[in-house]
Amino acid sequence: MNDPCAHCEEMMQPYLDHVLTDEEMDRAEAHLAECVDCRRRYKFEESLRIYVRKAVTEEMPAELRQKLAALRIPLE
Amino acid sequence: MAHAGTAGTVERMDAEPEEAQRLATEARDRVRFEEDALALSDQVYRVARHLASSREDAEELMQETYARAFRSWRSFTPGTNMRAWLLRILTNLNIDRGRRQQRAPQMTPLEANDYFLYDKLAENGDGVSDEEQVVERLSQDDIVSALSAVPHDFRDVLVLVDLGDFSYADAAQILDIPVGTVMSRLHRGRRILKRELAESALEEAT
Repeated sequence: MNDPCAHCEEMMQPYLDHVLTDEEMDRAEAHLAECVDCRRRYKFEESLRIYVRKAVTEEMPAELRQKLAALRIPLE
Repeated sequence: MAHAGTAGTVERMDAEPEEAQRLATEARDRVRFEEDALALSDQVYRVARHLASSREDAEELMQETYARAFRSWRSFTPGTNMRAWLLRILTNLNIDRGRRQQRAPQMTPLEANDYFLYDKLAENGDGVSDEEQVVERLSQDDIVSALSAVPHDFRDVLVLVDLGDFSYADAAQILDIPVGTVMSRLHRGRRILKRELAESALEEAT
């Protein structure tokens, strides 16, 4: 591991997806604790995900809800 | 084949209450299934909206999905993930109908690293580097169009995992691809999204 920041970058997506092993998690966190640049970038990535989700979320139109309900098969 | 022969009469009379019972149970299960499926429609739509190419497509796709789900409700196993089951129907329909506007596969290389967008935004930000403020430099329109610019194979995974909160394993099952493929497409899809966002942010800055 010559460049801890490169390793940290590799760990970022799995870290935010909560799929790292405990050991990998400890390593990523140890680096984050001492590297302000990586910490900022992780924070940015996390904010970006939340922001994107908010920006693209569209509620279902009420008419569509009614159309779907009308597709039910009537009881005989 | 139901000939009302005398030979079967006695048996049929015995069978009738059982048959009536069976039908009543089935009707009850079906109504419950329909109610559960409809209760999930908001959540399904939020994902469907971005799997489809437009709002109109999403609405049609939802109706086709629900029509099919109501017809084949017996193939749903109670106790399993109904939202994933519905989305599996929906993604299959989306692929089958050739409704997707296929784009040529993206041949452009990935950006050098995953920090590209942040670095670009922070660079243009007059020294403001608070992460949340940096994000807010992107407009809602930029984000919506950046997402729709991500090619379908990558977008499907991105939308299921990042908007639909499906696990890698669920997304793999819905799309009928290996988990490893989900992970690589997700990684690639997120980078493509960020590249698109970086491009629109740069356009605005100039």
